[in-house]
Amino acid sequence: MMCDECKKRPATVHITKIINGEKTLLHLCEQCAREKSIFDVSFNLEGEPFSMQKFLAGFFEPFMREFPEKSQPLSCDRCGLTFPRFSQIGRFGCSHCYEAFKGQLDPMLRRLHGKTYHVGKVPKRRGGKIRIKSEIERLKRELQEAVNAEEYERAAVLRDKIRELEQKLGRS
Amino acid sequence: MGVRDVSIEELLDTTKIEWINSTGPESDIVITSRVRLARNLKDVPFPHLLSRTQAEEVIDSVYRAFLTNPVLSKDARLYLMKDLSDTEKNLLVEMHFISPDLARDDRGAVIISGDRRISIMINEEDHLRIQCIFSGLDPQGAYELASRVDDVLEEQLDFAFDERLGYLTACPTNVGTGIRVSVMMHLPVLTMLKQVDRMFSTMAQLGLVVRGLYGEGTESWGNLYQISNQITLGKSEEDIIQNLLSVAGQIISSERQARRNLKGEDRLRLEDRISRSYGILTNSKLLSTQEAMGYISDVRLGVDMGIIKNLKPEEINNLFITAGPSYIQEVFKKTMTPLERDLNRANLLRQKLLR
Repeated sequence: MMCDECKKRPATVHITKIINGEKTLLHLCEQCAREKSIFDVSFNLEGEPFSMQKFLAGFFEPFMREFPEKSQPLSCDRCGLTFPRFSQIGRFGCSHCYEAFKGQLDPMLRRLHGKTYHVGKVPKRRGGKIRIKSEIERLKRELQEAVNAEEYERAAVLRDKIRELEQKLGRS
Repeated sequence: MGVRDVSIEELLDTTKIEWINSTGPESDIVITSRVRLARNLKDVPFPHLLSRTQAEEVIDSVYRAFLTNPVLSKDARLYLMKDLSDTEKNLLVEMHFISPDLARDDRGAVIISGDRRISIMINEEDHLRIQCIFSGLDPQGAYELASRVDDVLEEQLDFAFDERLGYLTACPTNVGTGIRVSVMMHLPVLTMLKQVDRMFSTMAQLGLVVRGLYGEGTESWGNLYQISNQITLGKSEEDIIQNLLSVAGQIISSERQARRNLKGEDRLRLEDRISRSYGILTNSKLLSTQEAMGYISDVRLGVDMGIIKNLKPEEINNLFITAGPSYIQEVFKKTMTPLERDLNRANLLRQKLLR
């Protein structure tokens, strides 16, 4: 495959941009990619720092437009990172930023992952309630699927399991 | 700060590296499976906002936490980026112990376990990146170990975790499970038949990304490709691994099929190329990394297809590392001109092949 830009050198950098669910594929050679400064593909230590952030920053820009400049930009009260700054660097300042920018988060996460809630491992220490709650969530989704598929026997089993866990949650 | 290790000399001994010397499932095509888990400490700013002192405190607390498990941390070493030379850091990148990003900032560190299966990067983009490398197609094995390390660390450290969003990461692209699963595949025949590009272009739709050996994706770098997941939120670790496994499985059968289908003139031409590559590797005076990688890939294919009989696949894994740009300089303990590197590389590869 040849580079989309110069059409001379083989394309070695492949970029998938997903904006508003629309997918664009870009195939570039290393030189053109560097000129476009989309991606720093070498790991030369003296070179520019890896510009994934720069790349991501471009990605987050659409979210900025939804929030025209206010007198006081939204910021995290723990680390002081502002939302415009986040959009520039593509990284949060601390874990509390997720709470601080909550209102802006969901559309972004949906575009990145297609989902807005976590499924999977939960720290053991946090365990207990969270683990049960997320298990209930998972079972509820499964129940919905079973109902949709008209598998009522499976649905009944799932419903009982959910009840059992809900009681457990109430007791603890 | 605990015991820190300045010399990376012992890492040059590739016989100690598990993934090089064992043969995992499907290792005729899959070289390694890697899993990395991104974790952050609660109430501590993310690494890019840390002062030097704070960064050292993070390193210290992670190292201490890891040492609480004597089994996993047996013979483990801690390397601080600020103590290492550029060549040494590059070598760690070539050997896949650290990422290029970690190498660039001297506030970071890495813990490498005795069997070299576990490496914990500290103060990369996230406070912790727990990484496990296994031989062959075994992402479950790598995940189980990474998750065990995670459990051990979690007993000592307070990780940033949100009930709805999961593990919180510096970049929202990693939030949720914080997992990145990658398999490194050797696909010489699919590359030769120009089928990789077409196959990889469908990969994005499946939520997967393809990269080359060190991030670059070129045919000439040993026909090695890394396939990894992109989505980390809303899917469990198991589902993410299963998804990758099923895609990897299809690629493996395509490559095998393509190898079997080579008949008549095509087969003869391939056998000729393989034999020539072996000839070049065992007779050259000068070899660049990129050139050497191409020949090593051919030799590896020759071994897997039974055309070259006196070598084992593990020995080829070793050659891929030996051919790297920094390995040579570390072995000879000096900075070299590109010409000197090519000369020494050719010598070392020849010795290893003819030993």
